[in-house]
Amino acid sequence: MSINLQTWYEQMQVGNVILAYKGSISSDLISNSLNQIEEKLDSDNESLKVKRRIYNVLVEVLQNLYHHLEIPPGFNDGSQNTDKYGLFVFSKLNNTTFKISTGNFVKTKDYQMLKDRLDQINYLTQDELKDLYKLVLNNDEFSSKGGGGLGFIDIARKTGNKYEYKFVDYDNKYYFFCLDITVN
Amino acid sequence: MDSINIEGTSKTPTVVFNAESGKIEIKGRSIPENSIEFYKPLVDWLDSYAETAKGLTEVNIQLEYFNTSSSKCILDVFKKLENVHKRESKEVIINWYYEEDDEDMLEAGEDYQSILKIPFKMIEIES
Repeated sequence: MSINLQTWYEQMQVGNVILAYKGSISSDLISNSLNQIEEKLDSDNESLKVKRRIYNVLVEVLQNLYHHLEIPPGFNDGSQNTDKYGLFVFSKLNNTTFKISTGNFVKTKDYQMLKDRLDQINYLTQDELKDLYKLVLNNDEFSSKGGGGLGFIDIARKTGNKYEYKFVDYDNKYYFFCLDITVN
Repeated sequence: MDSINIEGTSKTPTVVFNAESGKIEIKGRSIPENSIEFYKPLVDWLDSYAETAKGLTEVNIQLEYFNTSSSKCILDVFKKLENVHKRESKEVIINWYYEEDDEDMLEAGEDYQSILKIPFKMIEIES
């Protein structure tokens, strides 16, 4: 294995960390994380605009993890529960900038499609993203899981920022996918 | 036909569908992991409603947050309402509420408006 997840998880924790988690991503975990973050943003008196934006992006990011998690057979990082395994860190970098980092396994066969999709979204202007969003939304083949990349398009529209990502070799069947999203 | 009354939760909206009054309301947060499970009964209800629809169906949508998996289901709801609107002497109006300065929510309403052939009214409310 060529990535040390613990080291990477620790390296992700920059700035003022509001919430960091690694382990199984369940529906309850998502609810609890969202509540916790919402309370924290409220107590820090963040503006309504910032709160709405962060909340929207976090919902998409965490549910994306929930729906698309892949686990290499036999994977165990020492956590109690490694079913639906993922990592995320939400931190405040400075007065106006927040960062959401996620990490999860991706099958090598899905790598190219995901990479192409992110590259395409990064390349598009806001107007083009709006058109693409409407096109995918109105497409009947869109999956019930929220697939078709609608979540990624929505995040890019709301943040106005580009995705930073990398795929790290794990074994011959899996990559570890690291994604950074800036919200400001 | 029976009306639908669902109380909102932290992940699902308050829903009131009333065939007698022709009023339809979805309000609150719509961020469930499985949106289809939540919206399927609402879409089915609208199929039956089309037969007995009031002259005017008033739809009030007042969402605080919705995820992209709900966005597809909400479009399905609107498409059923569009079918009602297409019928002779049946009219549907969608009131899309958004909090002042919530441009993202206004824009989301405008996205739907541009996809559908059904009258939308954008209504700003105080946050």
